Amino acid sequence: MSKLEYVRKMALMGDEAVAYAVKQADVDVIAAYPITPQTIIVERLSKYVADGELNASFIQAESEHSALSICIGSALAGARTFTSTASQGLALMHEVLYIASSMRAPIVMAIANRALNSPLNIHCDHSDIMGARDTGWIHLFANNVQQAYDLTLMAFKISEDPDLLIPVSVNLDGFILTHSIEPLEVLLDEEVHQFIPHEPYPHEIDFGNPLAYGVMALPDTYMEFKRQFQEAMLKVPEVFHKTTREFYTISGRTYKSLTSYFTEDAEAVVIALGSTVETLKYVARKFREKNIKVGVLGLTMYRPFPEKEIVKVLENVRCIAVLDRAYSYGGVGGPLYTDILASLYKNGMKPIVADFVYGLGGRDFKLTDSEEIFRKMMKAIECNGFERDIYWWGVKE
Amino acid sequence: MAEVDVKKIARGDFTWRSLPLAAMIKVPTSLEYKTSDWRIEKPEIDQSKCIKCLLCWIYCPDMSIKRLDEGRVEVDYDFCKGCGICAEVCPTKAIKMVEE
Amino acid sequence: MVKNRYVNLLNEDQMIEIRWHGRGGQGVVTVSDIMARSIIMGGKYAQHFPEFGPERSGAPVKAFTRISDEPIEIHSGVYNPDIVVIIDEGMSKNFNLYIQGLKENGLLFLNLGDMRDQIKQNLPKNVRVYVVNAKKISYEEAGKPIFNIPMLGGLVKVLRMPDLNTIEEVLSRRFPSELFEVNIRILRRAYEEVESIG
Repeated sequence: MSKLEYVRKMALMGDEAVAYAVKQADVDVIAAYPITPQTIIVERLSKYVADGELNASFIQAESEHSALSICIGSALAGARTFTSTASQGLALMHEVLYIASSMRAPIVMAIANRALNSPLNIHCDHSDIMGARDTGWIHLFANNVQQAYDLTLMAFKISEDPDLLIPVSVNLDGFILTHSIEPLEVLLDEEVHQFIPHEPYPHEIDFGNPLAYGVMALPDTYMEFKRQFQEAMLKVPEVFHKTTREFYTISGRTYKSLTSYFTEDAEAVVIALGSTVETLKYVARKFREKNIKVGVLGLTMYRPFPEKEIVKVLENVRCIAVLDRAYSYGGVGGPLYTDILASLYKNGMKPIVADFVYGLGGRDFKLTDSEEIFRKMMKAIECNGFERDIYWWGVKE
Repeated sequence: MAEVDVKKIARGDFTWRSLPLAAMIKVPTSLEYKTSDWRIEKPEIDQSKCIKCLLCWIYCPDMSIKRLDEGRVEVDYDFCKGCGICAEVCPTKAIKMVEE
Repeated sequence: MVKNRYVNLLNEDQMIEIRWHGRGGQGVVTVSDIMARSIIMGGKYAQHFPEFGPERSGAPVKAFTRISDEPIEIHSGVYNPDIVVIIDEGMSKNFNLYIQGLKENGLLFLNLGDMRDQIKQNLPKNVRVYVVNAKKISYEEAGKPIFNIPMLGGLVKVLRMPDLNTIEEVLSRRFPSELFEVNIRILRRAYEEVESIG
């Protein structure tokens, strides 16, 4: 290995990789609740600050609700701001999530996706982030540790874009990614500084020229403000693509709103979020070796929902399995499933679709699980339908 | 941030495109919004009884008691809502509420 | 090729999966972590993850390491390890409880001092067993029980990777100098003293 390669190459846990990216992003303020369900991310960041490796204010809040409130203030004051949380912590932030996005506070938050109580469980699923789905944040999902690092860096650029000024959540599967050590390639500090220079935000607090923030809007104007926010959300894909293109030039790593594997001529495609995408890819490759036409579609960007891109990938697909690591109790199905169904309907497509609710509370999604799901899809094509629309995968009946 | 014509917004002359970003408003809108017509009674100060204690100035919830030089006070009738707190706290009964 | 360098531990993916057993406080997660970091710094691909749960001192703990020449995409558990390493001595004596799923021709590493002869009678078939006398080595070198690093020394000798110097570098970033030197002595001695017993 050349010396430069050696500098770039690291072996880090998902949490460590995010913390390293945040350090390189040279944030000004980290506000976080320091105890369970906190992640190792802020533990590492507090060490960086204490050791003088990162010149930032590390503010320990008395709750996640306060932590995110502090973040709004610091972001609107013009400081580059980061926080992180998981599960119940994200739930406790809930009302502040809306305020952060509606006040257009550029904040980056890493979320270690974990189950919600009760019963008490600390393991991976997506119930926490799905509860925050409609809060007006941009939601990105990492499939591995490298992506957790890369997406964290890109999140700052996307969030701070003057056309957006929208907070971004970077989601990584609790434990499966947060506590796994994997190899990754990092950027040099100078490259990061060049990629995300800290420009002043157009709406940041200026004492010489004061603004009224967070004013009241009554029924005569409230809806127009919400419509205005939706317009900003519509601009996200363009900014996302611009950011990923620029990121490619410095890193050589390609990102799109979707990660699709073997989908070009696939008859059956399975759709998922997070680390499961890579497990599915591994298994799909084995099927491809046997000439079975399966593909895998992962969403790097979940909100805004990349409807057009998804529909394009699924154009000629006969059978779709949607994997949901969360559920809408009493609803039509899991959140990803309903998003996919709606997209298909809007675009006049009628493939065979089923929802596979899996991995709740950290239940392992084994290689054999993905094999079985691929086989079920092949059978569904033969029989022109699944036996049911929603499978609670692996539940003991 | 672009200047916003609040009066236009108040008249309903706006679209979602013309509203300021995230309701962040640059103009001092409360100065534009005179609350004097909320009043039924108005406070009147008898300067001869005033001992310049400034209790009315402290207690006024709408910053409508203006301090003049040497501790003298007067009422800002553009914004006074006529709540009567100043008359209530005045130790020398120098302030009286009278009908408009 | 990861596997070709080392005997006939073969699966089609050329991937080695290791499962570490021990008790909370013995550095089970740490040793798997060190193994993965060393493999990666040595230029191959690796993945480490602990068995997640409420960590308690003394409770049985598992950790997992995957090693490959190719990027590792699997993000699910290890069910059929190629190698099982038991760090705790008591658990090593009852190794039968901890070798579920161990592949045929797999490797089993035990931390044993005096019980070798008794164990030899009951060794599982089609598994190659190695022992390290971790207690003896660590008491002689450090004056206290350190079981994880000796087991790593034994494993590295048999596996022929990662390079001892790479492990030393990883350890040097992790431990203060005094502890670092003790651990290096233990690592190297276990590397020399690991024995095959069947």
